[in-house]
Amino acid sequence: MTVSYALLGLLERSARHGYDLKQSYDRRFGGVKPVRFGQVYRALAQLTRDGLIEVVGVEAGAGPDRKRYAITEEGVTDLGAWLGEPEQPQPLLQPVLFTKVVLALLSGRPADEFLDAQRKTHLAAMAALTRARRAATTNQDAILADYQLFHIEADLRWIDHTSARLRALADEVRGDSDGS
Amino acid sequence: MILTGRDLHKSFGTAHALRGAGVTLAEGEVVAVMGPSGSGKSTLLHCLAGILRPDSGEVWFAGRRIDDLPDRDRVRLRRTAFGFVFQFGQLVPELPAVENVALPLLLSGRRRRDALAAGRDWLHRLGLDGLDERMPAELSGGESQRVALARALVAGPAVVFADEPTGALDSVAADHVMELLVDAAHAQRTSVLLVTHEPRVAAHADRTVLVRDGRDTAPVGAP
Repeated sequence: MTVSYALLGLLERSARHGYDLKQSYDRRFGGVKPVRFGQVYRALAQLTRDGLIEVVGVEAGAGPDRKRYAITEEGVTDLGAWLGEPEQPQPLLQPVLFTKVVLALLSGRPADEFLDAQRKTHLAAMAALTRARRAATTNQDAILADYQLFHIEADLRWIDHTSARLRALADEVRGDSDGS
Repeated sequence: MILTGRDLHKSFGTAHALRGAGVTLAEGEVVAVMGPSGSGKSTLLHCLAGILRPDSGEVWFAGRRIDDLPDRDRVRLRRTAFGFVFQFGQLVPELPAVENVALPLLLSGRRRRDALAAGRDWLHRLGLDGLDERMPAELSGGESQRVALARALVAGPAVVFADEPTGALDSVAADHVMELLVDAAHAQRTSVLLVTHEPRVAAHADRTVLVRDGRDTAPVGAP
């Protein structure tokens, strides 16, 4: 989804070939994860079917890379709508951590030790990201690292908060009488 | 190890602030001490810096035991070998920035001209050119904290103790102050003991120690 819109955004700047698009994508957004060629061509095919882009030229030769794509008016509108629509916050890791805490308490395992270990892993990840951000040569790389840092920090706040409430939580979890 | 605290205990009345906490600090190393409010992390800093005397346990600095030194010797040690940065209200409001920075040198009897030159140099190193004659009330929060940092570093201390040094700053200013502190520490082989409850600040350190209920837990891996 995001890859498709990123490609759409790149095409809004100028018409180009699939190979160029992959290169541009990796340079601008690949810090998270470089995109595969197959993904690019699948996305371009879908965007074409949806009428958001169109083929504006085919060079002699074979293969999809010979096609030159341009964004359509509908594509510009769609991209604008996507950019203007806020995303729902995604609690990425939280369901896993929550399940582990409840399961640990339910089974009488030491939930505090699990939370301590998790806290250390998170702190170590933050230290590594902070070093990466300091080594970043562009502001774009730096704010990408910042984004990850703030998310890990939010997890840590939840871990600390949960640690402080573990006893009450344990009473509640073990007091549930559904027998499961 | 330049600084070692071992099995430290400290009580205030019936409240046990420290129950066996310890920490080590290598030369040029930046170590963060983290923990929730009331975990004893500030008390640990005060014991290591010779501000408080622990009830039991030992503090060693540069191969010498310091927790049992007489008050006068600990005061001298703090002035000559240690630097301090706190969260609030550290600058003398009646003195311009450069004199605030030069203060430790002036107090230790350095000639005024030399002390002010060193003060100006540190203001420059921390990106505060042109602010020499500004009074503390005319500085932003981030600038004040950088002046405080310059003052902590001006005498070339072996150890800087920083207690929530970015607590009053926004995240961008906090990052900037931490980057300057870590760079300066690494550049002149000054060790830093940083107390914070903010993971984002601790992430600048070489290593993090977690304190809970007055005890240190296993360290978070160093790079």
